[in-house]
Amino acid sequence: MHELSIVLSIVEIAEEQARQNAARKVESIELEIGALAGIELDALIFAWEAAVPGTILEHAERIIHHLPAKARCMDCGSTYAARQFFEACPSCGQYLSELVQGKELRVKSLVVS
Amino acid sequence: MCSTCGCSSQASGGVTITKIGEEENHVHLSAGGHEHHHEAGNGHHHHHHHHEADGNHHHHAHPDAQEPAPVKTVLELERDIMQKNDLLAERNRGYFEAKNMLALNLVSSPGSGKTSLLERTLVDLQAEVNCFVIEGDQQTSNDARRIAKTNAPVVQINTGKGCHLDAAMIHKALKQLAPTDDSLLFIENVGNLVCPALFDLGEGARVVIISVTEGDDKPLKYPDMFHTADLCIINKMDLLPYVDFDVAKAREYALRVNHHLAFIELSATTGQGMEQWYDWLREQRLALRN
Ligand SMILES: Nc1nc2c(ncn2[C@@H]2O[C@H](COP(=O)(O)OP(=O)(O)OP(=O)(O)O)[C@@H](O)[C@H]2O)c(=O)[nH]1
Ligand SMILES: [Mg+2]
Ligand SMILES: [Zn+2]
Repeated sequence: MHELSIVLSIVEIAEEQARQNAARKVESIELEIGALAGIELDALIFAWEAAVPGTILEHAERIIHHLPAKARCMDCGSTYAARQFFEACPSCGQYLSELVQGKELRVKSLVVS
Repeated sequence: MCSTCGCSSQASGGVTITKIGEEENHVHLSAGGHEHHHEAGNGHHHHHHHHEADGNHHHHAHPDAQEPAPVKTVLELERDIMQKNDLLAERNRGYFEAKNMLALNLVSSPGSGKTSLLERTLVDLQAEVNCFVIEGDQQTSNDARRIAKTNAPVVQINTGKGCHLDAAMIHKALKQLAPTDDSLLFIENVGNLVCPALFDLGEGARVVIISVTEGDDKPLKYPDMFHTADLCIINKMDLLPYVDFDVAKAREYALRVNHHLAFIELSATTGQGMEQWYDWLREQRLALRN
């Protein structure tokens, strides 16, 4: 359940931002989570519900953008949607690829008031 | 509850860091990153720090903060959630670099043989290089006690409910461990192939250990860990005749996930293959100079 540490980091970022902007409330928070970021969405939501009450995020709307993984084949250079790290290139069948999207774990934006 | 000081931070999922041989001087780290120390002979400790029982921390309006803005403000942050850990990891990395240390992060499922591998390695290499160990487990200092028998200085981190080590814990543990220049630091992570993958500790290399008593499809089932590792050790090779484990397949699966991965097959029990591991360690130490 490393998702709990992730949620605590998100709370920390939100509190720091609220403080810096002299805001009292976080209205909404937008997260970007890559498909291969190592985060189980269900576990994240479970951890959220356990850890967020009593923090500045308690009443914030949570918006999660799920970013699908994309890989670039190092053999033929084509870019393709990957469901896993080990997805073979659909053009040439090779496993030598580099991830170009899917590891993101970001707080994209906050709306504070 | 911490058995040494009766403090409840462990029950709240907090972290305890203890140097074996100096158990009175341990440090608690709560989930929010606040800490307090206990020193030998100090009957009371002063809780004048902010230390919340539930591990959460709450926002208190700063006394001289201005009136809150009446309008909504959109903050386009694009902030990496791991940033705080990653910054601290870079700090640890700088510490290791300045001291010309090789630091390794050892990860595996529970019971793959991390502690056994370390025990034998420490006995064999301590004459050649100063070795230091940080042990990570949710509970007990059993592994650290096993390591202490080899005479290597060792600090135990108990993560409580936490399932991984993070850079802040290593930062604190290093203060207690005080490793020497040019030394070798082994960090045994909590036995878990999922959570530790996400947390950079500042290590020079990450070593993932699997044993032949596990499935050869482990790399496909737990790709995150194999994706971030530099070396894969296949342990318990002495048991290969008795189990249905295809070494070639395991390697092939792991290479699909990470084509940079190197492999060493060995047995921490019989010692077969250990020389290859030692040679790999020597190469990594030499590479520090360049
Ligand atoms: N036959 C055989 N048994 C081994 C080998 N290496 C470790 N073991 C056994 O496997 C069990 C677990 O070994 P540990 O070294 O404690 O494993 P670990 O990865 O440190 O375990 P955790 O810290 O609990 O995650 C012990 O009973 C060891 O004796 C090996 O190479 N061969
Ligand atoms: Mg162990
Ligand atoms: Zn291709």
